[in-house]
Amino acid sequence: MKKAIQIDDRDNVATVSSELSAGEEVEVLSPGGGIVSRLRTLDSIPFGHKIALSDLDKGASVIKYGEVIGIATAPINVGRWVHVHNVESAAVPTKGLGKGEAA
Amino acid sequence: MTEFHGFERPDGSVGVRNHLLVIAPIDCSVEPAKRIASQVEGAVAVTQYHGCGADEMVVNNLVGVGRNPNVAGVLLVGLGCETLTSEMLAEGIRPTGKPVEIVVCQRDGGTLKTIEMGTRILHRMALEAAELVREPFQLSKLTLAVECGGSDATSGIAANPATGVAADMLIDEGGTVLFSEPQEMTGTEHLLAGRAVKGKVAEAIYAMIGRQEARMKAAGIDSRFMSRGNIDGGLTTIEEKSLGAIRKGGTRPIQGVLENSRLRFDRPTHGGLWLQDGTGWDVPSMTHMVAAGAQVVVFTTGRGSTVGHAIAPVIKVTGNPETYANMADNMDINASTILDGGESIRAVGRRIFDSIVEVASGRKTKAEALEYKDFAVFATDRVAERLLGFCS
Repeated sequence: MKKAIQIDDRDNVATVSSELSAGEEVEVLSPGGGIVSRLRTLDSIPFGHKIALSDLDKGASVIKYGEVIGIATAPINVGRWVHVHNVESAAVPTKGLGKGEAA
Repeated sequence: MTEFHGFERPDGSVGVRNHLLVIAPIDCSVEPAKRIASQVEGAVAVTQYHGCGADEMVVNNLVGVGRNPNVAGVLLVGLGCETLTSEMLAEGIRPTGKPVEIVVCQRDGGTLKTIEMGTRILHRMALEAAELVREPFQLSKLTLAVECGGSDATSGIAANPATGVAADMLIDEGGTVLFSEPQEMTGTEHLLAGRAVKGKVAEAIYAMIGRQEARMKAAGIDSRFMSRGNIDGGLTTIEEKSLGAIRKGGTRPIQGVLENSRLRFDRPTHGGLWLQDGTGWDVPSMTHMVAAGAQVVVFTTGRGSTVGHAIAPVIKVTGNPETYANMADNMDINASTILDGGESIRAVGRRIFDSIVEVASGRKTKAEALEYKDFAVFATDRVAERLLGFCS
């Protein structure tokens, strides 16, 4: 089964270590090597991108490395792809390719 | 308690190597310095390329490298008319009690006589250094520098978090860990400041990252910019990007910011995690941490950096399975097992920790086996610093 890596025990997102198609099952591994959960992905998720490990309300903190990496700009269900379309920086707005902006 | 086996120096510090360091204070005398070093086993010649004026930042770093416990003895090879004199460096290094000697081309009869004189001095130092034996020491005598270069999407998931586990383990046994590269801390200053042991340290963290941002802004660079490549690679915010880099330093409280400027050059005063003001360029960044006392470097890479260091063993860790397979001659630790669930972050971190202790006790790294002896000193632009009001 494909894997997603939770880097810190407090994280509510994990990073997928290979590309996932929507509906595919993924095993989430903790930093200590235990299996946190098995999830069914709701979106296609590219390699190195994040999957939600729990349901997040709009405005909730997105936690990776045990720290707040951003704020959810929409409700995010467990198994959803977590990226610039539903998270923004708490420190500064993400520049470059903006939310929903064409490439 | 874990122990490593090193060489005790007269000042009580402990070297993990027994290098003889030949310093040309200026590039004008680097040729005789190199030729002297080439005659003696374990010797390495270094110089700097910031001119012959006595730039305090350059002086501080060269003195620091000479003081590093991995150096058993120092020979300074000067030209003679430079403002940054050999004596100036010798004065800073001598308090360690290690042998420090000087030859000068203009004083000692030109290239050939200087080379002969210098080679005889260094040969004698080598015979003395060869009598030193490794003895067991606690990890409180060990300072580790962590550095990253040639990062990719695997760095923030595998190599950096695993190296962070090793950094935490070392600190928990009384060791010291240094990390630098302040431009990679943008957007995380509030998180780093929250880990500071006291308010003064938090202020120093904000000030250091603020100075770096001001330098970049003056150069027309927005340090908070997320590139298209960053976003395509899965990085959502500047905090996430910076956290991925600083995770290699682990999660322990930050004891202080080590200033590295023309006014001051700080060394850690006790164990724990320390931030050093410095540069994002890999080789001088390592040199500055070595100048502050680091005896071993762990270097995480995704694309596959090959660099080593003149006087410190550099352990390469990669989380990219293709890089590990393709560059097996350069990579010491394969952290890519984290990606397929073969090993946990903690398990790889323990392997890195064990490797640090073994390398500190004498095992050669791949960069050492390849005789990589990288060295460079970085100095901020004096004019720009003055215009920005940072340093007189």
